[in-house]
Amino acid sequence: MTGTVGRRRRPSTFAPLTPISPRARVTFGIAFFVLFFAAWSVATWGGFVKPLFLADPLKTFAAGWRLFVEFGFAGDVAVTISRVVGGFVIAALLAVPLGIAMGAFKPIEAFFEPFVSFARYLPASAFIPLLILWLGVDEAQKLAVIFIGAFFQIVLMIAVLIGETRRDLVEAAYTLGAGSRGIVLRVMLPYAAPQIAETLRLVLGWAWTYVIVAELIGADSGIGHMIMDSQRFLDTGQMIFGIFLIGAIGLVTDLGFRAVNRLLFPWQLGR
Amino acid sequence: MAAVSIEGVGREFPGVRGGPPTRAVEPLDLTIADTDFVALLGPSGCGKSTLLRIVAGLDQATEGRVLVDGREVEGPGADRGMVFQSYTLFPWLTVCENIGFGPRERGVPPAERRTIADRLMAQVGLTGFADHYPRMLSGGMQQRTALARALANDPAMLLLDEPFGALDHQTRSLMQELLLQVWEADRKTVLFVTHDIQEAVFMANRVLVMTARPGRIKTEVRVPLPHPRHWRMKTTPEFARIEEELTESIREEALRAAAMNA
Repeated sequence: MTGTVGRRRRPSTFAPLTPISPRARVTFGIAFFVLFFAAWSVATWGGFVKPLFLADPLKTFAAGWRLFVEFGFAGDVAVTISRVVGGFVIAALLAVPLGIAMGAFKPIEAFFEPFVSFARYLPASAFIPLLILWLGVDEAQKLAVIFIGAFFQIVLMIAVLIGETRRDLVEAAYTLGAGSRGIVLRVMLPYAAPQIAETLRLVLGWAWTYVIVAELIGADSGIGHMIMDSQRFLDTGQMIFGIFLIGAIGLVTDLGFRAVNRLLFPWQLGR
Repeated sequence: MAAVSIEGVGREFPGVRGGPPTRAVEPLDLTIADTDFVALLGPSGCGKSTLLRIVAGLDQATEGRVLVDGREVEGPGADRGMVFQSYTLFPWLTVCENIGFGPRERGVPPAERRTIADRLMAQVGLTGFADHYPRMLSGGMQQRTALARALANDPAMLLLDEPFGALDHQTRSLMQELLLQVWEADRKTVLFVTHDIQEAVFMANRVLVMTARPGRIKTEVRVPLPHPRHWRMKTTPEFARIEEELTESIREEALRAAAMNA
């Protein structure tokens, strides 16, 4: 009798968790963008969608070109980026230490955790009318929206990450003579650092949503302001270009974050 | 210098959801002389690790107290180095930095830490691996690093919680010889927890057999084999006799434990 036992293990690309070569990864990633543009082109040039609702790719990028050359759009982009980075950095500088303290010391956690959990659900965008009343439509209001949106999320996620430090590593450090300070700074912090970086990357993405909403509602500069202005002239090309640009900036930031993480945490390469 | 005296130390864990408390260790007395090598031998779940953790200061006794050189243990400290069964190297530090962790906590300057690490890496056979991260190392090398890390504080005693339990048989034998060499050179007081009878006989001067639930010390067997010990000693009639005596004693406990679990 002949035959095989079990299923033949063929090296298939679609077996679960089978790795993929770096080249194939890049090719696949680009392929989707190509498909995306193809679908967009077919929808617009094929006449399936009215130009009033969706500009074709060429018009969109021509609108983008005009924005930069004729309307000084670079200034708007710079303003928006500085708002995102500013609000995010202020939130992170305050949230990370508090999150670490909460994760490490249970009384601190018991004190802050219920309120932070509550505040986390307060929608940052709902604060915008109130913040305009309090702070006007200046930079402080934009930074405050991002701060509210980012701060509580960062605090909670970091507290969880720090609290999840492997107990046996903490115990080993104790038997090596570490005190509370050494445990927090030289065990818990480095243990959680890669995931903390990952959390910050995630929240930075959300900060973009908050800043654009704030700019749509009340601003005289920024990408969101440009999109709102374009709506008045029914310029879908400019509107789509603005949205597209935010995505592109996000993608570049992500790649930057990943490269920095690889440099900062060489010990976890290959994970 | 480290003489240990365990005075009426017991440990009870509170019951789960209002259930009756579980007694892990019955109050027991035990003294360990300075520079002695003592093995705690018993089936899993007999409370031997709990007792070791109490000596380390990582767990609190429900009653009784532990004295190290006449001073009561109140928490973990650098005077009692420990090696765990699980791999507990800090993954973000290199071999050299892992070994230097304890001295760093004591404020030893970098150059001096490097000297300490170099000496210990040579002693445990890790020269050339200074800049490797733990994930690049085999299990045996990780435990050698862990041993060197515990030794870097020059502790008065070593507490070893089945340090070779996760290693394959051949690696384990080599690690046993390495640890014996370290002990023969430094004569630190050692408390070694294991469930491996041969390992206990080969390493220790005194083997204490612990009973299962609640943990008590059932018998003590002295191992009069001379030092330095060579692996060939494992094949001598004297070794076989001690091993047999302990096997008999442990077997009863294992049977009792199995009956309790049934």
